[in-house]
Amino acid sequence: MTNPPPTDWTATSPPVDDAAIAVNLTGITKRFGDVTAVNDIDLQIADGEFFAMLGPSGCGKTTTLRMIAGLEFPTEGSLQIFGVEVGTQPPNKRPVNTVFQNYALFPHLTVRDNVSFGLRMQGTNKREAARRADELIELVQLSGMEKRKPAQLSGGQQQRVALARALVNEPQVLLLDEPLGALDLKLRQEMQTELKSLQRDLGVSFVFVTHDQEEALTMSDRIAVMHEGNLLQVGRAEDLYERPESRFVADFIGQTNLIDATVADADMIVLTNGTKVKAPNPHPAGTSVAMSLRPESIEIGRPGTVPTEYEPTSLPGVVKSVTYLGHALVYDVGVDWIDLEVRTENVPAEQRFTVGDDVAIWWDRHADWVVPNE
Amino acid sequence: MTALSRRAPAEDGIATPEFEAAHERQKRWRGFLMALPAYAYLLLFFAVPLGIVVVYSFGTRTRFGTTELSGWNLESYEKLGRDLVQQVLFRSIWLALLTTVICLVIAYPFAYYMATRSARVRNLMLVFVMIPFWTNFLVRNYAWYVILGTDGPFSRVAEFLGFGPTRLLFTQSAVVMGLVYGFLPFMILPLYAAIERIDGRLLEASRDLGATGYQSFRRVLLPLSMPGVIAGSILVFIPSLGAYVTPDILGGAKTTLLGSYIVTQFLSARDFPFGAALSTVLMALMLAATIVYFRRGGRTL
Repeated sequence: MTNPPPTDWTATSPPVDDAAIAVNLTGITKRFGDVTAVNDIDLQIADGEFFAMLGPSGCGKTTTLRMIAGLEFPTEGSLQIFGVEVGTQPPNKRPVNTVFQNYALFPHLTVRDNVSFGLRMQGTNKREAARRADELIELVQLSGMEKRKPAQLSGGQQQRVALARALVNEPQVLLLDEPLGALDLKLRQEMQTELKSLQRDLGVSFVFVTHDQEEALTMSDRIAVMHEGNLLQVGRAEDLYERPESRFVADFIGQTNLIDATVADADMIVLTNGTKVKAPNPHPAGTSVAMSLRPESIEIGRPGTVPTEYEPTSLPGVVKSVTYLGHALVYDVGVDWIDLEVRTENVPAEQRFTVGDDVAIWWDRHADWVVPNE
Repeated sequence: MTALSRRAPAEDGIATPEFEAAHERQKRWRGFLMALPAYAYLLLFFAVPLGIVVVYSFGTRTRFGTTELSGWNLESYEKLGRDLVQQVLFRSIWLALLTTVICLVIAYPFAYYMATRSARVRNLMLVFVMIPFWTNFLVRNYAWYVILGTDGPFSRVAEFLGFGPTRLLFTQSAVVMGLVYGFLPFMILPLYAAIERIDGRLLEASRDLGATGYQSFRRVLLPLSMPGVIAGSILVFIPSLGAYVTPDILGGAKTTLLGSYIVTQFLSARDFPFGAALSTVLMALMLAATIVYFRRGGRTL
């Protein structure tokens, strides 16, 4: 057995002990003909971690999950599960199970037979398999439904059957492919909480694929953001939200204003219109960058009311539109060459700005964040 | 009822119960009219002749080879107990079963392969399955006659390989080969339709849960494709049981099957009542086979 290669954590990932690595992808690439679905990915998932793979459709997240499951084989690279190389092993030889998108329950089998399927295939006798299946059916709160067929269940119930079926073999890693995608909003939120507490109770890693950033942010210990087959960043929710490493991640996670700029020095950037703005950054002078400013980090006030300490991070503008959200107000402020979104708490009507008002906007210099444009 | 009363009761645009009832009646009547030509055709050329056959089966053959219909009796049905008749009957059922099983074994992997190809390849393969239908059935059977004959390519290859001169023609094997060839498409098509409908992710789920390839076939693919297996088996078994052309050309005198035997009764023996009784029994057998299969499948095809 080969030693796992040295762990290569991105700057924002919390360090993990080598022995606790459940899934280890090194230089994994998957090509379908001329199309590269997954491009040279290095990724370590810790034992007992709730890990999300997030990205728009076609970003390679599902392909990556399917490679871990054994439903696709990597074109290049090494794939280890608890230190064992499994890259070319068929799915039935791997200690992982999958909750499929739209569940893929066996329509000809009852709930109990669906759940006990995995055990029966391993040669467990019928009575023992049924007993263990019933335990899991109880765990997912479907007792009394053992003899129903999948078609007689609601979407949420089918989801639970899929979960119980995948857990019956006691996988070392549970893979979930958009498991909540087919549920309506309320049920989805309930299931999020349940999945999270189930994962805590079982203590096994859940690797969860989703295109829904809110789902990823609320449920996961760590998140990997993928785009066009590349792994852009791995980190905790706040790492991704507050310290994105690329323009794509800044734009994809939450709402933000991206303002094109050039690096002047380690402490200063120059916006497109020549305005110098204080913004600490690690990039060499001259680098084309974007400054990410969350709408809620921008303050808005009448011209001339900018506090002195915020002068280096302020801009004059004109209100172009106002959106009333009840708990909040969203202003579209035209700043010379671009429009910025500004979000404030709701204030009494007489204090609100209206379209055409001249305003000043400013932000804390720790609130902005500079990302390279490419 | 006048035309007016049928349409009128919708006052102020409101559909009264009378109006709805009339509307329903009208719809049913229109449906019946559309089905009428087919009904009439089937009644005239299927139901009526079928009735005549059943009636004849209770008649008596006169010494001159004509049929006496007065004085109904079961004599023809009693003849079914004769050894020769029993032999023909069981041989027919056996060969039809054998044909069905061989077709199933050959067609299933093919249908699975076809169902898992890209749409373009699939359509191409469907065309290939259909191509034999473009040639007359009789011609195709005579082609087999040539292939399997003493001087045919089959025999030559066997001789070359050292098996000595082999003549398959006029054996039961020849009949089964011909029947399998003739009815294979009827097995492939329903199997293909059934397998193609199955969600491929179910097989992935099965493998993911630890099933081997064979277990996935046995526990997921086969049960889910059962409607196709049943439909295909009926479509092969029934025509094989009553087959006439293929056994007659490839089977020769020694392997008389039900179809040829019935023809003999009508044309050579001129025993119309016995021929009719055999036909009635054959139909009953087919009906029974169909019902048994439907019951076991427990679903619509």
